[in-house]
Amino acid sequence: MSDYSAASRSAGPGAGAAEEASATGGVRLPSAAAAVQAAPVPVEGAGVRERRKALPGWAHGWIVPLLVLAAWELGSALGLVSESALPAPSRIAQAFWSLVASGELARHIGASFVRAGGGFLLGGATGLLLGLFTGLGKWVERTLDPTVQMLRTVPLLAVIPLFILWFGVGEFSKILLISLGAFFPVYFHTFLGVRSADRKLHEVTKALEFSALQQATKLILPSALPNVLLGIRLSVGVSWLLLAVAEMMGASSGIGYLIQDARVYSQTDIVFVGIGLFALVGKLSDSGVRLLEKRWLGWRSSYKG
Amino acid sequence: MLEIESLNKTFAAPSGPVVALRDIRLTVGRGEFVTFIGPSGCGKSTLLKIVAGLDTVYEGSVKLNGERIGGPGIDKGVIFQEPRLFPWLTVEKNVAANLSLRNPEVRKRVGELLELVRLQGFEKAYPRELSGGMAQRVAIARALLRNPDILLLDEPFGALDAFTRSHMQEVLLDIWQRSKTTMLFVTHDLDEAVFLGQRVVVMNPRPGHIRSVLDIDLPYPRSRTGASFQELRALVLGEFEKVEKGPAVDVGAGI
Ligand SMILES: Nc1ncnc2c1ncn2[C@@H]1O[C@H](COP(=O)(O)OP(=O)(O)OP(=O)(O)O)[C@@H](O)[C@H]1O
Ligand SMILES: [Mg+2]
Repeated sequence: MSDYSAASRSAGPGAGAAEEASATGGVRLPSAAAAVQAAPVPVEGAGVRERRKALPGWAHGWIVPLLVLAAWELGSALGLVSESALPAPSRIAQAFWSLVASGELARHIGASFVRAGGGFLLGGATGLLLGLFTGLGKWVERTLDPTVQMLRTVPLLAVIPLFILWFGVGEFSKILLISLGAFFPVYFHTFLGVRSADRKLHEVTKALEFSALQQATKLILPSALPNVLLGIRLSVGVSWLLLAVAEMMGASSGIGYLIQDARVYSQTDIVFVGIGLFALVGKLSDSGVRLLEKRWLGWRSSYKG
Repeated sequence: MLEIESLNKTFAAPSGPVVALRDIRLTVGRGEFVTFIGPSGCGKSTLLKIVAGLDTVYEGSVKLNGERIGGPGIDKGVIFQEPRLFPWLTVEKNVAANLSLRNPEVRKRVGELLELVRLQGFEKAYPRELSGGMAQRVAIARALLRNPDILLLDEPFGALDAFTRSHMQEVLLDIWQRSKTTMLFVTHDLDEAVFLGQRVVVMNPRPGHIRSVLDIDLPYPRSRTGASFQELRALVLGEFEKVEKGPAVDVGAGI
């Protein structure tokens, strides 16, 4: 990854632009200007790009996990690893299928999804709004930000007992815990994003007579978007983490409960199914945000993701 | 018509007040092309910002078409030293900015203007794909779309190489002759000032004031190598050497 971006940087902005332009398919670079822009592509940069093409980008990340799985299966077959500590991947797959067949899995995933999604949406939306407000107004910042910063330093897991005392171990305290965790990254990065809006571009919007609403939607929001998306990505990660915590502290459904319950009965294979599910869902939601980044932030010259 | 009368501007700096402009008097007729030249710090940008309405704290009177300039607005097009495009918008959307391209009127005008600044074919390109000169032409098209009464250009070609710069000067003259927009053009470059302007305003610093206003009575298109061009150039240069020998003004041969 890093050698690729370094290579394309050395290839000059023209080359990167041409490449991304053809990737988005929309831009023609006619006449002499095109020739000038396309000219300084060094052979080395092109070589790296070709080597990458031999394997599609999405497949690249699977090399290591697949190798590990193969070694693991082989180790189990040869009896090198204890079946109770580290069941073979094929046995985990079996446990997975039986959970799917019984409909258990769908129920757990559904329950987890509602909690994580609800908490994330609640916390993320609050963080976005509050971040926008504190970002836009100096007065709001002075009023609110110190308090938020102070709360941020409290370890979230330390407030779990309080939530249980107040709200019991029901759905509400779970969603609240997750939303609290999801709040901070979005809040913080939205604030930073709003403040990163260029003062010079702001002058342009005044000269062009943008309305206040247009300034917000056509200058502040696009300027803040890279940071907001980063905040959302971090927040999604925190949501899954807290989901696991919340479901292990007491629940009757959910992936976290599945893991906890299987531990009690020493069903290591099901524990692995749960862990695998967390990995999968976490990865999928992360990819979702990345997809948004790709679609919305394609204009950034530094963007190489 | 632009009328500037007894304009004074003082900045309150920590080290004490800085008089940036003192007693500026100038009248620019409709459709006129006036260039401003002077060493760094003589208040050229300050003057342009006041005319643009981006700075409204000053003494004296600045009127555009008889009305005091009270703030920024689309009747005063501003081109900064940097193109200042929105990096997330394509060329055509940058030109349209807060106007909708779905409006057929706007779309048609944007197309015409991109042709005027010779950027047809680049409608869908992003700013990062443009050279400095191309980006600056987008900024010019963006200002022209609003049909400004006056176009204020603050060293717009300062960051360009000599070849692109001379090309852009011709593009700008072409735009001016076709659109008949009043032009106020700030530059560091003596050749540029004489090549473009019907009048050259020579400014001096500390405090910023107008030293002299010289008529450049040459027909367009002008030849940089002609004897009369060189003569006028020498005349403007002479205005500097009477007072200021700062290295800030580029008196090199240019191209
Ligand atoms: N915001 C400000 N606060 C204080 N002083 C300022 C400010 N802006 C400009 N000045 C002062 O006003 C004077 C004129 O500045 P100005 O930017 O107009 O010069 P200029 O002629 O455009 O110079 P240059 O050719 O380098 O762009 C300078 O002495 C500068 O220090
Ligand atoms: Mg200046």
